[in-house]
Amino acid sequence: MEKKILFEMTGLYRDDFRIVGYQFGTNEKSACIVGSTRGNENQQLYVCAKLIERLKSLEKQGLIKKGILVVPSVNTYSLNTKKRFWGIDNTDINRMFPGYDQGETTQRIAAGLFDNIKDYQYGMQLASFYMPGNFLPHVRVMNIADKPNQELLNLAADFGMPYVIAHQPRPYDTATLNYNWQVWDTLSFSIYTTTTDEVDHKSAMKAIDAILSFLSKQGIISYKGHEGYISKQISSQDIVTIRSKKAGFYHSFVKVGDRVYKNQVLAEVIDAFEGHVIGRVVSSDEGTILFARNESKMYANTAVFKIAPDL
Amino acid sequence: MEIIVTQVELPVDENLSVKKMRLIPKGVTNIEGLKRISIVTGIHGDELEGQYVCYQLSSIIQENIDQLQGIVDIYPALNPFGIDSISRGIPAFDLDMNRIFPGRIDGDMNEYIAAKIIEDVQGSDLCIDIHASNIFLTEVPQIRINQLHKDMLLGYANNANVDFIWVHGASTVLESTFAHSLNVLNTPTIVVEMGVGMRITKRYGDQLLDGIFNLMNLLSIYDDKKIRNIRKPIISDGNDDVLFLNAPVSGIFIKEKEHGSYVWKDEVIGNIVNPLSGQVLAIIQAPGNGWLFTTREYPVVSEGSLMGRILKEAVYQEVR
Repeated sequence: MEKKILFEMTGLYRDDFRIVGYQFGTNEKSACIVGSTRGNENQQLYVCAKLIERLKSLEKQGLIKKGILVVPSVNTYSLNTKKRFWGIDNTDINRMFPGYDQGETTQRIAAGLFDNIKDYQYGMQLASFYMPGNFLPHVRVMNIADKPNQELLNLAADFGMPYVIAHQPRPYDTATLNYNWQVWDTLSFSIYTTTTDEVDHKSAMKAIDAILSFLSKQGIISYKGHEGYISKQISSQDIVTIRSKKAGFYHSFVKVGDRVYKNQVLAEVIDAFEGHVIGRVVSSDEGTILFARNESKMYANTAVFKIAPDL
Repeated sequence: MEIIVTQVELPVDENLSVKKMRLIPKGVTNIEGLKRISIVTGIHGDELEGQYVCYQLSSIIQENIDQLQGIVDIYPALNPFGIDSISRGIPAFDLDMNRIFPGRIDGDMNEYIAAKIIEDVQGSDLCIDIHASNIFLTEVPQIRINQLHKDMLLGYANNANVDFIWVHGASTVLESTFAHSLNVLNTPTIVVEMGVGMRITKRYGDQLLDGIFNLMNLLSIYDDKKIRNIRKPIISDGNDDVLFLNAPVSGIFIKEKEHGSYVWKDEVIGNIVNPLSGQVLAIIQAPGNGWLFTTREYPVVSEGSLMGRILKEAVYQEVR
């Protein structure tokens, strides 16, 4: 293993800003795994930390055949100050790719990273969602053309995660790492585990198993781990969003991974002053809870659950 | 009359409302066929220059209601949460409101609000979306136009009494902005950038007000018989017209030149210093002759922070 600095920037009153990479196996640009790009992505950082620990062990056993680069964090400054985005200007590094080395700070950071990782054959980003909540672990593939990339979707099944989701990008998605990796011909995947701010050890270990399983199937490592699931492919457009019509405290009866049925009451909304039930969140479809919001208070018209319907 | 454009219930004893002031000619009950201008601001909660413009516009028209011939809709706060909490984005959601348009009626709360706003403004004969750069940069009054909509918008922009019109290249990311969404729907929308975040610069507000009244006169929405000396703006329509000044190091920027100055190659724009060591870390010099239309206002800079923009001499002189 070689620990190397991929990008560095001098701080004024803080320690220098660094993006650190851990290189395993050969120098061949086979697989790159990127962790937190935002300051609240503790789970994504943790997955990378535990992955590095596992890869060190595999390397000692001579089981790494090609080159693997793990970048645990692209934004250590924000992780340390508990700010989601870049401290000074509140910009999101994961909306700055491919970056610009003569541009503004976060454009330079994105460029500094991307210059190091753009030529990898496989790219994996530990991603998080903009809404606070828990996810059923899954792999997401972005459609950079008008139609889904079936080859990439089939390859994503090698992670052995319960779902592979084909995501149709919105305009702001075009500046993400995942999207730009694909533009530069890297086969890229976003990996979602259960949490973001909080560390969830169990789902972190599942994500690591999934990544190692994938790397093994591509001949990058020798690994006999858990085979995982036979993934179900769905499109993000097929995912059903269940919204709360009322605002107030929110009491959920279900969690991610639960099977739910049409007309099932999934949660109650409770008046924030008087405590009585003012609304119920009801499932419109039969399927599996893919996402569940985990805040105690709920706004009206807000997505509370996302369900992967039985198609 | 005050109108609630859209309203959603909040969790604890409050509703979030986006309001507008609709001004119509005195005595008119049927507004069908009247021309309409919409003045919009406050998408970013830290940009307050538009507050003064909205106040003056509403106040002046109401005092001179006999001169009103069309409809004036004034939306002073599209992001009331942001304005109330000094947040650029929508605070509870950590979301830039100008990246969620045109919104979705069946979407989340913020997407729903965005969709209702678009629905309300759509169909205006002209919309002016007033921004104030951000807290980091000061701008001379200017209009930014996406290349895609140049033909539709340049005529309006020329009459808005701004100093500068910047026609910029198309960008996929900018497709989620308020202005782009309306322009795609054939509602001409110009974006004004002026002054600096968190402050009100009265002279810029007055300058733009003259432009808005001029446009309203031209559109037969208002007729005050005033002859205005409208500025002829400098227009930049080329990708290479502007020089960007980015910080080469992190530090504290002490500016030497005010925005709007003409600068010569190698002239000192400012210094980046280290207050701890007492050293000058970098001298920021103009990379070429031109017009400094943007300068850094917020002193703390990281490597790469934007510190200024210079319109190249050739483009500047062509107009001057």
